[in-house]
Amino acid sequence: MKLSDFFRKKSSGSVAKDRLKLVLVSDRTNCSPDIMEQIKNDIIAVISKYLEIDTDELDIKITQTEVDGTTEAVPALFANIPIKNLKVH
Amino acid sequence: MGEVIVVTSGKGGVGKTTTTANVGTGLAKLNKKVVLIDTDIGLRNLDVVMGLENRIVYNLVDVVEGNCRIKQALIKDKRYPNLYLLPSAQTKDKSSVTPEQMKKLADDLRDEFDYILMDCPAGIEQGFRNAIAGADSALVVTTPEVSAVRDADRIIGLLEANEMRRTHLIVNRLRADMVKRGDMMSSDDVVEILAVDLIGVVPDDENVVISTNQGEPLVGNDTLAGQAYMNICRRILGESVPLLDLNGKKGLFERLAEIFRKN
Repeated sequence: MKLSDFFRKKSSGSVAKDRLKLVLVSDRTNCSPDIMEQIKNDIIAVISKYLEIDTDELDIKITQTEVDGTTEAVPALFANIPIKNLKVH
Repeated sequence: MGEVIVVTSGKGGVGKTTTTANVGTGLAKLNKKVVLIDTDIGLRNLDVVMGLENRIVYNLVDVVEGNCRIKQALIKDKRYPNLYLLPSAQTKDKSSVTPEQMKKLADDLRDEFDYILMDCPAGIEQGFRNAIAGADSALVVTTPEVSAVRDADRIIGLLEANEMRRTHLIVNRLRADMVKRGDMMSSDDVVEILAVDLIGVVPDDENVVISTNQGEPLVGNDTLAGQAYMNICRRILGESVPLLDLNGKKGLFERLAEIFRKN
């Protein structure tokens, strides 16, 4: 661990708060891992029609994001989908 | 007309029974007529926390099944003129009582008492449904830990779904020293996450264990937890009481610094 990491280390209290916020988003939306898996597969199926994507590195999750101009957090579907190859049609 | 308050949490071991005992005793000390009902059938505990375990004759299930009249099952706490306990049954299970029966029981007690406090069992199954059935408002108890807050969130959702009119939060077992160094969520953090009205913060105080050992609620004495519980009682009665400064014990240096700052 670098010295700078030591100073930047988050306190365990704020780690707890961040983890809770995330887990509660999925608890509250009642989004089970099964449904997440289905959403993920459907998204892969749609995008694969147009692009070649890296399904191993793909990351889809429900998280919170702040609305512009407010401090209010709203749930958002976050998807990080690496593209392997742009298919030419 | 009395008010029925359910004390609930979802997670076990966060202090529901201790809260029920102290809030109930505190309200009685403030001259309200109070009955505490232990709805945790099969895991009776409120009687020992109250120090009334040797006086049980009839219990909640006896009342509901009609084996005795309500009056016969109520244990009068001799230390306070207005305080009564309806103990739970130890040898039955949660299915011995239905939510409809609990609602009727609560309604029957409204005429006689100012406050009817239901000590809810942990979990979200029938015991929980029984305890909230007749309640007008809820006190949700949590500790500043991820597991307890997560369960409290689930409970608050279920209370909303069951059309509970008012829900208040108690953050229990807070350690001001840990919050100060960032190793514990503050009560503000918990309130922000759960988005529900805070009615009190109770510090992690070893006097709570001592008072439970003795079977004597500490509400209203000069310990930090005793004061915190009494403040909660006053807020229930509608008084506006500021939150307690939980950094009670200060070192010599801090006290000196304060004196210099004042001058």
